[in-house]
Amino acid sequence: MIDVQQVTRYFNRVMAVDNVSFQVEKGEILGFLGPNAAGKTTTMRILTTYLPATSGTAKVAGFDVHDQSMEVRKRIGYLPENPPLYTEMRVQDYLDFVAKIKGVSPVDRKKAVADAMAKTGISHEGKRIIKQLSKGFKQRVGLAQALVHNPDVLILDEPTVGLDPKQIIEVRELIKSLSGTHTIILSTHILPEVSMTCERVVIIDKGKVVAEDTPDNLTRKLAGSQRLHASIAGPQGDIQTALEKLPGVTQVRQLGFADANKAQPFLIESKAEKGIGPELAKIVISRGWDLYELKSESLSLEDVFLRVTTTEEEVNRP
Amino acid sequence: MRNYLAIMNRELKSYFSSPIAYVVTGLFLLISGIFFYLLVTNFVQMCMRADMQAQYYRMAMPKLNVNMMAIRPLLHNMSLFALFFLPLVTMRLFSDEKKSGTIELLLTSPVTNTQSILGKFSAAAILYLIMLLFTGVYMVLLFVFGKPELGQILTGYLGLFLLGLCYISFGLFFSTLTDNQIIAAVSTVTFILVFWAIGWLSGMVNPEWGKVLSHFSLIEHFDDFGKGVFDSKHLIFYVSFIVMGLFLSFVSIESAKWRGR
Repeated sequence: MIDVQQVTRYFNRVMAVDNVSFQVEKGEILGFLGPNAAGKTTTMRILTTYLPATSGTAKVAGFDVHDQSMEVRKRIGYLPENPPLYTEMRVQDYLDFVAKIKGVSPVDRKKAVADAMAKTGISHEGKRIIKQLSKGFKQRVGLAQALVHNPDVLILDEPTVGLDPKQIIEVRELIKSLSGTHTIILSTHILPEVSMTCERVVIIDKGKVVAEDTPDNLTRKLAGSQRLHASIAGPQGDIQTALEKLPGVTQVRQLGFADANKAQPFLIESKAEKGIGPELAKIVISRGWDLYELKSESLSLEDVFLRVTTTEEEVNRP
Repeated sequence: MRNYLAIMNRELKSYFSSPIAYVVTGLFLLISGIFFYLLVTNFVQMCMRADMQAQYYRMAMPKLNVNMMAIRPLLHNMSLFALFFLPLVTMRLFSDEKKSGTIELLLTSPVTNTQSILGKFSAAAILYLIMLLFTGVYMVLLFVFGKPELGQILTGYLGLFLLGLCYISFGLFFSTLTDNQIIAAVSTVTFILVFWAIGWLSGMVNPEWGKVLSHFSLIEHFDDFGKGVFDSKHLIFYVSFIVMGLFLSFVSIESAKWRGR
């Protein structure tokens, strides 16, 4: 449905998007993840025909975004970072206007507007002036605007920004419910959002695609190492060296300060196939230290994200 | 066509759902009304004085022309008021869309740039037309109490309308350049003033160049309309001026996407 091939975009001499390629299948939800200023918005703007690419090609529903931009525009719904609202208009009038310029026929327009309002839960706000709505409702009107002509492709730039937790859940549910019939690209810098809503993730940093896979696979791939939290009371230096000598351990870090029991929390990373928990427990007991907590931790998408978007030096900096 | 109408309607609604249309129209009518009153009372006084002189010297009463002595200067004044009012109407057309981000909706919808430019241009033109129609009340008053010449008035109004469209088309252009409405309005007024006053320079340079300069002056071309003379060369000048502004708006929007908007 969406095919991006080696797209590059410069702003003056600054490269915003660097040779980005990815595909999205019909009915799929693709998460577009990256720190701020990574090039997410620029890539989306290229897909929506708002900006042209400096080089490379992008196709939406088989149409080239540059050469056949009008065809592309008919088939996409776009929610920019700031919802594009004419704030002096009433919700209904605004959606009617959008439906009109998106090419919805006059016969279907009333129903299209009503449907979009029902889907986004703003049916009761139709007569209100957009200016007077809360941020959450404005965001929903923005979403309704993207949906009103029932496009094949939805491009949503940070759709849950500014919503309260309950609304965030509702919007995510809505987005999920739209998959299958719509192809969706969703950008965000909130990680749980991606693991909750998206089937596939593209992580982008400094304009480059640094990882692309399902959220589960991404976590698994980078979870070749294991993490263990342990709180141990005893002579700190000895504990550190003893832990480092355990087979497979790659790194031992002290976390914070000792608690009331004089137990020092450690974070142990290991490459071992099976857990190092039993080995660790043995050594603690044989030395006569006290073990207060032992907890294994799988890498969250958050860690994956940090690993692929930060360089070694940054991680190792104290 | 449908997109063009949709955009024009939205702009018109937005003018009339905010105070802009009412304030601009109202104040334009107020200031034109004051000048109408001053010019007409002045004309009436002149008539009375002429009448008295005629009786004193036992001569025929000279023909005083209300078209030339009241309406023509009024139209000239109105062309100046429009110069200051219309940029306030056009300044928001694209600037506001840029600032609020609705430009992203417009430029990712299946609407061509030509459609949105013409839609916005027409909306401002219609508002201007409404402003002019209301001043027609003054003319009606003159018809009630005197015998002005209709053709001359209509020609004058046509000139005034065309001149206003020139302001609007460049106002539109300047609003594509910035997301700041004040900057858009000030640049428009300055630009139009330069093209207004360029004819005054003609006396200072050598005669050939002076002729060229006066041809570029917006107000020189209005002069004939004010006299009730319709000359196609003035029409062509105004239409070219309008098309130029619209074309520059188009180029500005098209090129902005390469610059990154």
